[in-house]
Amino acid sequence: MADKSRKSQEVKIKVEGLNKCFGELEVLKSMDMEVKEGEVVCLIGPSGSGKSTFLRCLNRLEEANAGKICIDGQVMTDKKININKARENIGMVFQHFNLFSNLTILDNITLAPVMLKKMTKEEAKEKALELLERVGLREKADAYPSQLSGGQKQRCAIARSLAMNPDVMLFDEPTSALDPEMVGEVLDVMKELAEEGMTMVIVTHEMGFAREVADRIYFMDDGYIVEQGTPDEIFNHTKESRTISFLNKVL
Amino acid sequence: MATFFDVLISSADTFAQALLLTVEMALLSLIFASIIGVIFGLFTVSKNKVLKLISGIYIGFIRGTPLLVQTFIIYFGLAQVLRPTGFQWKAIGGPFTAGVVALSINAGAYMAEIIRGGIEAVDKGQMEAARSLGLSYGMAMRKIVLPQAFFTMLPAIINQFIISLKDTSLISIIGVRELTQNGKIVAANASTKVMAIWIVVALYYLIVCTILSRVAKIVERKVSHGR
Repeated sequence: MADKSRKSQEVKIKVEGLNKCFGELEVLKSMDMEVKEGEVVCLIGPSGSGKSTFLRCLNRLEEANAGKICIDGQVMTDKKININKARENIGMVFQHFNLFSNLTILDNITLAPVMLKKMTKEEAKEKALELLERVGLREKADAYPSQLSGGQKQRCAIARSLAMNPDVMLFDEPTSALDPEMVGEVLDVMKELAEEGMTMVIVTHEMGFAREVADRIYFMDDGYIVEQGTPDEIFNHTKESRTISFLNKVL
Repeated sequence: MATFFDVLISSADTFAQALLLTVEMALLSLIFASIIGVIFGLFTVSKNKVLKLISGIYIGFIRGTPLLVQTFIIYFGLAQVLRPTGFQWKAIGGPFTAGVVALSINAGAYMAEIIRGGIEAVDKGQMEAARSLGLSYGMAMRKIVLPQAFFTMLPAIINQFIISLKDTSLISIIGVRELTQNGKIVAANASTKVMAIWIVVALYYLIVCTILSRVAKIVERKVSHGR
């Protein structure tokens, strides 16, 4: 369980009236969200409800059509900001890991810090090995992604994001592409991160994990946030009928 | 058969020179075509509509017209249009240079298509992951997408090399004494041995192309092993 006492009141992520269309299809309809420093927020909901799109709008992998996103004081939706600089501060973990297949595990992790001049080669390597140690993959430093299992790939992808020392981490269904026996190892790494006070937004279908680790849960359906609350409020005292019917199907 | 060996031996020195010219022309063209190909390939996959349009017109024009006509446009057409500026092909290497320019522009369009295909074959997630870390589009292309695309493109690139090498024979028409032109000259002086002469010419192309595709196979095996 995340340590509540460490959380400050500082708002890390503030989303107001976010709207996103793909052509005619409106996938996000005026979304609002506020995430405080050190908070862990889980987004749940049926497929196609807009969870991943919402997450991808946060670091502008998708351009929002309307609304305002503010992360760590940066107005992400402002076209004039240096988006690359802003993204350095926001780690993202993908469903399909997206490790760079032409690079070794070590190079996967050191590439961005070195290229973006955050660290020297030596510092980056030291940091990478430290991170690999932490996710239990130190001995895989010189391997290529194709030689790793799904769970190992995802743990490495998390290490790659952490190498940039982000303030915020976004997880886009990090365990959905994994074999069941590998889900646990990835969730354990995420749990540890949460305990250390990382601000996290997680799109997930792992209800057990959401219940245990999340400070707040947002239930999304059809481009709206239908309901939000603590895990206890969402799982035990559900108010909305749509949430109830979804939870009945997945639990 | 005797005539064949007779031709092979008696004309060996002129064919050796012609072969050198053919290979030189092919190699130079392929180097320039690769550069053109990368630039226009990147234009094609870019989000910028103007760049897309430019590369679309270029590739469409080259693919939709014969190399021979393109060569005439460059050698005769350009010479005429640029004459008022004092431009002359003679001053910059004559038909050989014109041939290299024509072949480069021609092969460049096909290379652009190969490179576009290679880039598009790389999983989109690779670019997204790189961008999410804060890398710029250019950095991500250079460090992640292009290196990965290169492996998938390699067979097609080598295929284009072979095609371009054979296409150099068309440059004979503007008077470059490469293999085909040399064949014509030798045949004109020995009209009874025409069949033998052209078989010899074919053999020279065959040898170079075979060597090239063998090297290609080895390179391909090497890089796929390294992955």
